[in-house]
Amino acid sequence: MTVTVLDAGLLTTVQDRGRHGCAHLGVPRAGALDAPAAALAGRLVGNPRDAALLETTLTGVALRADRAVTLAVTGADCEVRVDGRAVSFAEPVPVRAGAEVVVGPARRGVRSYVAFSGGIDVPPVLGSRSTDMLAGVGPAPLRAGDVLPLGSPTGSPAALDVAVPVRPGGPLRLWRGPRTDWLTPADWEVLTGSAYVVSPDSDRIGMRVLGPPLVRANRGELLSEGMVLGAVQVPPSGLPVVFLHDHPVTGGYPVVAVVDARDLWRCAQARPGEPVRFVLR
Amino acid sequence: MELIPIGEDALLVEVDDSDAALALALWARAHVKAREVVPAARSVLLDGVVEPAAVAARVFDRQADWATGAATSEGALVEIPTVYDGADLDDIAALWRCTVAEVVERHTAIEYRVAFCGFAPGFAYLSGLPAAWAVGRLAGPRTRVPAGSVALADTWCGVYPTASPGGWRLLGRTDAALWDVDREPPALLPPGARVTFVAR
Repeated sequence: MTVTVLDAGLLTTVQDRGRHGCAHLGVPRAGALDAPAAALAGRLVGNPRDAALLETTLTGVALRADRAVTLAVTGADCEVRVDGRAVSFAEPVPVRAGAEVVVGPARRGVRSYVAFSGGIDVPPVLGSRSTDMLAGVGPAPLRAGDVLPLGSPTGSPAALDVAVPVRPGGPLRLWRGPRTDWLTPADWEVLTGSAYVVSPDSDRIGMRVLGPPLVRANRGELLSEGMVLGAVQVPPSGLPVVFLHDHPVTGGYPVVAVVDARDLWRCAQARPGEPVRFVLR
Repeated sequence: MELIPIGEDALLVEVDDSDAALALALWARAHVKAREVVPAARSVLLDGVVEPAAVAARVFDRQADWATGAATSEGALVEIPTVYDGADLDDIAALWRCTVAEVVERHTAIEYRVAFCGFAPGFAYLSGLPAAWAVGRLAGPRTRVPAGSVALADTWCGVYPTASPGGWRLLGRTDAALWDVDREPPALLPPGARVTFVAR
């Protein structure tokens, strides 16, 4: 019971809900960047919450399963073809053994989630099957020819569920601090009042933005301290970086705000060049 | 001590030094329900806590308990067999105003403590060097430092678990497996461990 990778696209990784309890050893959390979309894909094929799936990046992925499975694709909106025939997005799709599954390029958003009934059953590393792109913990990014084990289906596909459509440009709600005081009040106005755009340098480690730089009021040095998911770090360039799931566990640049967890999926799906707005929650 | 809430479910506790951070982290691991407890040089992040305000109150109220903890709780003692042939050994001797043999003698005489990990999985920041022996990082980092390199930066000693770029000054090398995901814990040197280096 396996899935063979025919074309891995730009970057396709195995993800689940991430690695917990190892940050103090220097291990990033990893896990699906658009967690609600990944959870939906898993529910649609009847998988338990901790089952692993595939996360694509912009260009999609092509696969073949060696047994009959149920498939669901969520997240970034794209065309899905099974043996050349278009099938539904964000719905469970039965797939015969040996069929070719092509998840097309993202039409909106960045990351699509491809779940198979039974889940991707690569061996867990430190309690998770997720690929971490910062420290290299977990399985390597997929390459054409890779053969991934599938688990045994345990639940029934759930046909009725609600997919949240990916729409760009929604505001990212900010919590203050812990180093908000490193910005001047004017800088805070810039951060929450400016039109930023997503930088092409964004990745699973962080969403970088381009726009007016922030002039840090406090130019002293900060000793490295623990970093949280969603931390808005301001490096010397003054251009904020929002830490996503593969972020370093500690960092030395000031975190002036934290993106509300409910908005992190927007960062996962924001394409380079699209607008980003930060608002105080 | 300063207690700084972060977002909805995290708390950053700033303390005086790495000893206090380690003490709080070890106490929090046993007494606070958190997804992650991350000590650093002068702070502890308690991430994924329920009711951060209540946790902050407990950390504050129980300071007498955790502040004395590190001295009494003895971590495991790990010996690191080390070949002292690092590329920066002569520079370190010059900075310490002693001979290379004395560098080895001094470095092996100290019992270190893992204050925290960071930079890479299993990379431990070892405290124990006196402030007078602090050495600066290299002006430009090396593009590749081999796995097992024993190195110094500031008053920290560290051992590279995997090959990586790095700006620490190289003392020597060890064959010890610093990081093994199939071992529990995967880090040979987790926070709290006591460490000595043995010249080979």
